[in-house]
Amino acid sequence: MARAVTQKRKLIATLAAWTIGMAIFFPIFWTILTSFKTEAEAISDPPSLFWFDWTLENYGVVNERSNYPLHFMNSVIISVGSTVLGLIIAVPAAWSMAFVPGKRTKDVLMWMLSTKMLPPVGVLIPIYLISRNLGVLDSRVALVVVLTLINLPIIVWMLYTYFKEIPGEILEAARMDGATLKSEILYVLTPMAVPGIASTVLLNIILAWNEAFWTLNLTAAKAAPLTAFIASYSSPEGLFYAKLSAASTMAIAPILIMGWFSQKQLVRGLTFGAVK
Amino acid sequence: MSTQHSRTAARFMIAPATVLLLGWMLIPLCMTLYYSFRRYRLLTPDRTGWVGFRNYENFLTNPAFMDALVNTLVLVLGVLIITVVLGVLLAVLLDQPMFGQGIVRILVIAPFFVMPTVSALVWKNMFMNPVNGLFAYAAKAVGLQPYDFLSQAPLASIIGIVSWQWLPFATLILLTAIQSLDSEQMEAAEMDGASPLSRFWFITLPHLSRAITVVILIQTIFLLSIFAEILVTTNGGPGTASTNLTYLVYAESLLNYDVGEGSAGGVVAIILANIVAIFLMRMIGKNLDA
Repeated sequence: MARAVTQKRKLIATLAAWTIGMAIFFPIFWTILTSFKTEAEAISDPPSLFWFDWTLENYGVVNERSNYPLHFMNSVIISVGSTVLGLIIAVPAAWSMAFVPGKRTKDVLMWMLSTKMLPPVGVLIPIYLISRNLGVLDSRVALVVVLTLINLPIIVWMLYTYFKEIPGEILEAARMDGATLKSEILYVLTPMAVPGIASTVLLNIILAWNEAFWTLNLTAAKAAPLTAFIASYSSPEGLFYAKLSAASTMAIAPILIMGWFSQKQLVRGLTFGAVK
Repeated sequence: MSTQHSRTAARFMIAPATVLLLGWMLIPLCMTLYYSFRRYRLLTPDRTGWVGFRNYENFLTNPAFMDALVNTLVLVLGVLIITVVLGVLLAVLLDQPMFGQGIVRILVIAPFFVMPTVSALVWKNMFMNPVNGLFAYAAKAVGLQPYDFLSQAPLASIIGIVSWQWLPFATLILLTAIQSLDSEQMEAAEMDGASPLSRFWFITLPHLSRAITVVILIQTIFLLSIFAEILVTTNGGPGTASTNLTYLVYAESLLNYDVGEGSAGGVVAIILANIVAIFLMRMIGKNLDA
C-alpha cells in the first residue's frame, strides 16, 4: 500500500463499515438470540437484548415434537445426493471441454447456461405430473434428480473454469510418458483438480440446501427438507417466535459456516467465471 | 495435439450431461406446450380435449395476469436498483483500509446463505409483524402507529426482504471486482488532483461496469422466479398485490387445479423469460470474449 492512509480516515471507514455490517447481520443475530428465549420473552415489550433467562428449551421442543431430525436428514440427503450425482455427470463433460475443446465447445457451454434461464414455473406442471405418475411425489429421489438437473449447468461451468487453468503441458508430458487416458485422469488430473472440485461441491451444496421452489412444490410431509419444513411455520397457529427461531437457527447454521468458507469460490461459481 | 481417439472419448464424456439437460429441457417443455392447448383440470380429469387457444385467452385476459406482470417487473427492477446501488457503495466502503475487514465481510455476506423461507419468515414475524415485530416496537417507542407492512405495502416489503438477501451477493462480486483495480491508476489520478468523487465516477465505476452487468444478469435469472418469499409472507395478496408471474402460474395450476391454464401461463412465463434471456446471453457472451 503506497498511499498514505491517515489514521483518522481508517477509523471512520472502520466505524461506518462495522455499523452497516452489523445492521445487515442483525436479523440473523436476532433470530439466533431469540432462539434462546422463552416464548413470553420472545415477544416481550420492550424487547430484551441480553438480559433474559437463557434457555435451550426451544431446541429440545423443536427436535422432539416436530420430526425435525427427519427434515434435517432430508436436506442433507437431497443436497449432498444431488451434488454427488451432478459431479459424476459433470466432471467428464467439463474435463473434455477444457482439454479437448472442439469447435462447438463454447456453444455447448452457452447452451447449458441458457437452460438455467428456463423459468422453473414453466415446467412445474410436467415435473409435478411426471413425479405423481411415477409415484415419486414427496420422495427424496425426485428431489435429488430435479436438483441435480437444475444445478448441472453451474457445476459444469464451475468445473470448466477450474479445469481450464490446469496447464495442458502436464497432460502432454504424461501422455509422452505413456499414460493411458484412464491413468491420465486418475493420477495427473484428479490431484490437480481437487481444489476446484471441492469448491464446486461446497457451492452446490449451499445452492441445493437453500433451493425453495422445487422443494416446496414437490414435497409434503415425508421428504420435505428444511426449506419446506420451515415454511410450515407460516401458518398463524405456528406463531411461536422462539421455536421458529430455534428451527431457523439449526437450518441455517451449517450452511452459514460452509458459506463463509467458500466466499471466494462463490463469486466465481455464481458468475460462471466471469468475475474472479 | 489431441488425437482422433481422445476426441471420440471427449464426445462420450460430454454426452451424458448434454443428453440429460436436453431431456430436462425438451420433455417438460413439450408437455407444457401440449397441456396448454388441452382442457385438463385435476378435479375433473376425465373431461379432456383440445381447446385451441382458450387457455391462453383465459390466462391473458385474467386481470391477475396484468397485475402479476407489473408486479414481476417492479419486483425485479426494484431489487436490482437497490442491490446494485447499495452494493457499489458498500463495496467501495469495504475496499477502504480498516480494522477487522474480514469480519465485516463475513457479516455482510451472511444473508445470502439464509434459505429463502427462513429469511421471509424471520422478517415477516420478528420485524414486520404489526403487533410483535421489532419495527412495531420501534414505532411505538417514538410515538408512531405501528405499520402493517405486509398488508399495506406487500410488494415493497417483499422487495425489501429480497434485497436483503441479494445485497450480499452484489456486494461480494463488486468488491471482488474493485480489488482487481490497478491502484497505480488511482494514485496517478489522486496526484493529478482528481477529487474522490470524480475518481469514483471516472475510474471505479467504469472498471465495475462488467461486474455490474454480471450482477444484473445473474440476479435477474433468480429474481424472475421469486416464489418462496411470496408464498410464506403474503400468499400473493392481499388480492393480487404481491403476486408475480411465477406465483400466479403456481396458484392457477396447483391451487386452482387448472393444469391447462397453468400450462398456458407457464408458456407465457417462458416466452417472457426468453426475451430477457436473449439480452442477457448477448451480454454474457461479450463478457466471456473479453
